[in-house]
Amino acid sequence: MSAPTTGSTPAASTGLDSAGTDSTGADSTSLAVRAAGVGKIFPTKTGDVVALTGVELTVAAGEFVSLIGPSGCGKSTLLRLIADLDSTSSGELQIFGKSAKQARIDQDYGIAFQQAGLLPWRTVAGNIELPLELHGVAKETRRARVAELASLVGLSDFVDRYPDQLSGGMQQRVAIARALAEQPRLLLMDEPFGALDEMTREYLQGELTRIAKDTGAAVVFVTHSIPEAVFLSDRVVVMSPRPGRITEILPTGLGDVRSESLRESPEYFERVTAVREALHGSPVERANER
Amino acid sequence: MTLRQAQDDALRQAQDGASITEAPKPGGAMRQARGGRSAYDGSGWTPPSWVRIVAPVVVGLVILLLWILVVDVLAIAPRALPSPIAILEQIADHNDIILEDMAITARNALIGLALGAIVAILLGALASAFGPIDGMLAPLVSAIAVVPIVAITPILNTMFGASSQFGRVAVAAIASFVPVFVNVLRGLRQTRPVHRDVLRSAGANGWQTFRVLTLPTAVPYLMTGLRIASSIAVIAALVAEYFGGPADGIGTAIATYAKSGRAALAFAYVAGGIAIGLAFFLVTSLLERIATRRKPV
Amino acid sequence: MTKSRAAALWGVVGVLAVLAVWELYKFAGPAEGLTVGAVEGENGSGFLLLPRTNDRAMPHIWDMVARLFQSTSGGSTPPLFVPVITAALTTLGIAAVGLVIGVVVGFVLGLLMQRFRLAEWGLLPWIVVSQTVPLIAFAPLVASIGSQIDRMGTPWPQWLSVAIIASYLSFFPVAVGVLRGLDAPDRIHLDLMRTYAVGYWQTLLRLRLPAAVPHLLPALRLGAASAVVGAVVAEVSIGMRGGIGRMLIQLAGQGSSDPAAPWGPTFGSIALGLVAAGTIALVGIGLKNYRRGEATA
Repeated sequence: MSAPTTGSTPAASTGLDSAGTDSTGADSTSLAVRAAGVGKIFPTKTGDVVALTGVELTVAAGEFVSLIGPSGCGKSTLLRLIADLDSTSSGELQIFGKSAKQARIDQDYGIAFQQAGLLPWRTVAGNIELPLELHGVAKETRRARVAELASLVGLSDFVDRYPDQLSGGMQQRVAIARALAEQPRLLLMDEPFGALDEMTREYLQGELTRIAKDTGAAVVFVTHSIPEAVFLSDRVVVMSPRPGRITEILPTGLGDVRSESLRESPEYFERVTAVREALHGSPVERANER
Repeated sequence: MTLRQAQDDALRQAQDGASITEAPKPGGAMRQARGGRSAYDGSGWTPPSWVRIVAPVVVGLVILLLWILVVDVLAIAPRALPSPIAILEQIADHNDIILEDMAITARNALIGLALGAIVAILLGALASAFGPIDGMLAPLVSAIAVVPIVAITPILNTMFGASSQFGRVAVAAIASFVPVFVNVLRGLRQTRPVHRDVLRSAGANGWQTFRVLTLPTAVPYLMTGLRIASSIAVIAALVAEYFGGPADGIGTAIATYAKSGRAALAFAYVAGGIAIGLAFFLVTSLLERIATRRKPV
Repeated sequence: MTKSRAAALWGVVGVLAVLAVWELYKFAGPAEGLTVGAVEGENGSGFLLLPRTNDRAMPHIWDMVARLFQSTSGGSTPPLFVPVITAALTTLGIAAVGLVIGVVVGFVLGLLMQRFRLAEWGLLPWIVVSQTVPLIAFAPLVASIGSQIDRMGTPWPQWLSVAIIASYLSFFPVAVGVLRGLDAPDRIHLDLMRTYAVGYWQTLLRLRLPAAVPHLLPALRLGAASAVVGAVVAEVSIGMRGGIGRMLIQLAGQGSSDPAAPWGPTFGSIALGLVAAGTIALVGIGLKNYRRGEATA
C-alpha cells in the first residue's frame, strides 16, 4: 500500500539503524546471535516466496529479545534459521561467533515450540533427560540434572508421570526443562505459551523471566502477544510481512525484575502502546492478523 | 487414472489394509504437523517426479530380465518356474479357456463383494444406531478378521452342494464383509458435533440429518472399504477354489496344471488372476476417488 | 473394569445369537434348500439360494461339539479333539516361522522404503501387485526349489516350504506398516532431534521406532492372521501332512458319512486365528507405554 505511515519512521532504515547501533563495540563472540542481511526464500511451484529479507539483528549474551508480528512476517522462520532447522538464502548468521550449523552441533542452544512436543512414551524425567541421553551423558549425572531441572520448573513431584497425565501448562514446563537440560547459553522459544490459557500463561511468563535470569541464558522468543513481548523482553523486535522483515526494534527498559506488579505499571502500558503503534504502522497488514 | 494416482491409491490401500479393524487414532494437539520424511536424517531426498514413473518400470524390467536370464539363458531354474516367454505363448494359445475361467472367478468375487458389502452396510447402520448390536458385532467382526475364512469352504460346499459356486461366493462375501463393515461404521461415526449442532439449530429432523449430513460423510468411507474389500474378494474367491467345489475357475486351473507339470500354463492362469485383481482394484479405486473428491472441512 | 465386562458380555450374546440363528434356520429352513432357476431333471442346475438344512449339510451344534469327544475314526482311536489340537499346533508353529520370516523381510523393505524415496517409488507398486498374485501359484515352485536344495545335501523339510509361502502373505502388511509407522513422528519431534544434532540411527531408535508402534501392532496382527491363512492354504497345496489344512480337506471328504467331523478342524483353524491375534494383542499390552499417543486427546 502506498499510504504514508503516520507515526513511525520508514521501516527498513529503522531496522538497520537500531541494529547497527546495538552491535557497535560488541565483540562478536560475546554476542549470542548476530544476523547481517539475512534473507530466506522458499521456492514454490508458483514462484519464489520471500519469507525474510535484510534482517539485521544482534542479541547480546543474557539478553531477552522477543520477535513479534502478524502471521507471515517470518518471525518463526527467523527462529528456525537461528536453530539451523532451515538454512539462510542470503546474508550472514552467527551464533556465538560460529555458523548456525556449528552452534547446533555444539548444542549451544535449547529450543521449545508451541506444542510441548514431549515423547508420549517417556515419563517427565525421560523427556527432560532425552538430550542428555542422546549425547551419552552418564546415568547418574542425568538423574541429578533431571532432579535439578524438575525443581527449577516446579515439577519435582511429577517426574514419573507420563505426558498425557499432565495439563498443557505442565507439559510446556517439561519442554522448557528439556530445553535447559544441557545448560545452553541461548534459549529459542517459538510461541511456547501460545496454546495455553491466559492464567497459566501469565504464571509461566513470570517463571520464564526468573529461569532466564537464574541461568543467564539469552532468549529469542517468538510471540504474537504484545503484552507478553513487553513483559518478558529487554528488546522487542517488530516485524511485518510481504516480504518478512524487521520494521522496528524497541527497547523496553523495564529493568531486570519482572514482577506481577509490573503488569499494572504506567511504563508497562506505555511500552505496550509503543509496540502496538509500531505493529500497526502498516495498516494493510492488520486484516491479515490471525 | 495416472500411474501416480494409482500408486497413491496403492499406498493408501496398503495402509488401510494394515489397520483393517483399528486405525491408530491420531492424538490431539500434540500431533499437529506430520513429520514424515525430513531432510535432517537423510530420508528426505526427493528425486525429480518423473522418477516416480520410471523407477517401478526399471525395477519391473530388471526382474523380468533376471527371470529370463535364470530360466532361458542359464537354464538353472526348477521346472516349476517357466520362462516368461513360454507363459506369453500359453496365454496366446489358450486365451479362450483362460478367459472362461477368469469369468467364473471374477463373477464369484463380484457377487461375493456385492453380498458382503450389502450385509456390511446394513449391519454397520444397525451397529451405529444401536449400541447393543455394536457390542454384539464387534467381537464377531474382530474374530472374522483374523480367522482363515477359506477353512470353512469345505463346510459351505456341503451346505450348498459340491456343484454350487455359492461356497466360493460366500467365502468372498465374508472376507470382503470385514473391511466394508469397519469402514462404514467408522464413516457413520464421523459426523462432527459442530455439523450436528448446525442442523439441530436449523430444526432438521432425523431423516434430514441423515440425508444431508450422515450419508455424505459416510460415503467416502464406504468407498474406501469397498476398495480394500475388492482385492480381498478376488483372492478369497480364488483360494476357495482350492478347497473343493466345481472343477472350474482360475484357482482350480492353477492347481491342476501346476500338479500335472504344465507350469507355463499354470502361470498363464496366474496372470489371469492378477488381471482380475488389478481390474477390481482399479475400478474401486476410481469409485473411491470420485467419492472423496471433496474433502470435509 | 465394568465397561470391558459389559463388552465381553455383549460379545458372548453376539456369539450365542449366531448359534441361535444357525439352529433356528436349521429348524425352519427347507431341508433341501431353495434353488432358483433349476432345469427340470438336470441335477445340480440352477442357483441354490438357501442352504440345505438336513443333518448332513447342517449338523446340530451339539452334534459338532459331541463329535469332538468321539473317537477320530472308530475303534480305539483317540477322541477327535486330540488330533485337531495336534494339527492346529503344528500349523501354528509353521505359521509362526512364516510370520518371523515375513516380519524380517517386511521390516527390511519398510526401512529401506522409508529411508530412500527412490526405493519406495521403485518397490512399492510391485509389493502391492505381489499381493494380487495368488499364493498357491508359488506353492509348487517353492516346493520344487526346496526339494532341489534337499537333494543337494542341505536338509529342507516340507514345513519350511509352507512357512515360506506363509511369509509371502505376512510380509506385506508389515512392510507397509513399517513404512507408514516410521513416517508417523510429528514434525516437531523430528525438528527436536535435529536440534540435538543426532543422526539417522539415533533418530530411528529413539523416535521413529517408538512412534511407529501404534502402526506396527495392527500390521503385525494382520501379518499374523495372514500367516495362518497362508500356512493353511500352503499345506493343502503342497500336500503336507500333519497340519490342520490337510485334516480339513480329509475330513470334508468324509463329510457325507460323518457330517459333524469337518467341524472339528474348522473350529481348530478358527482357534488358530484367534490365538495368533491374541498373541499380538499380548505384545500390544507389553508395549502399552508406546501407545499413549493413541489415547491422548
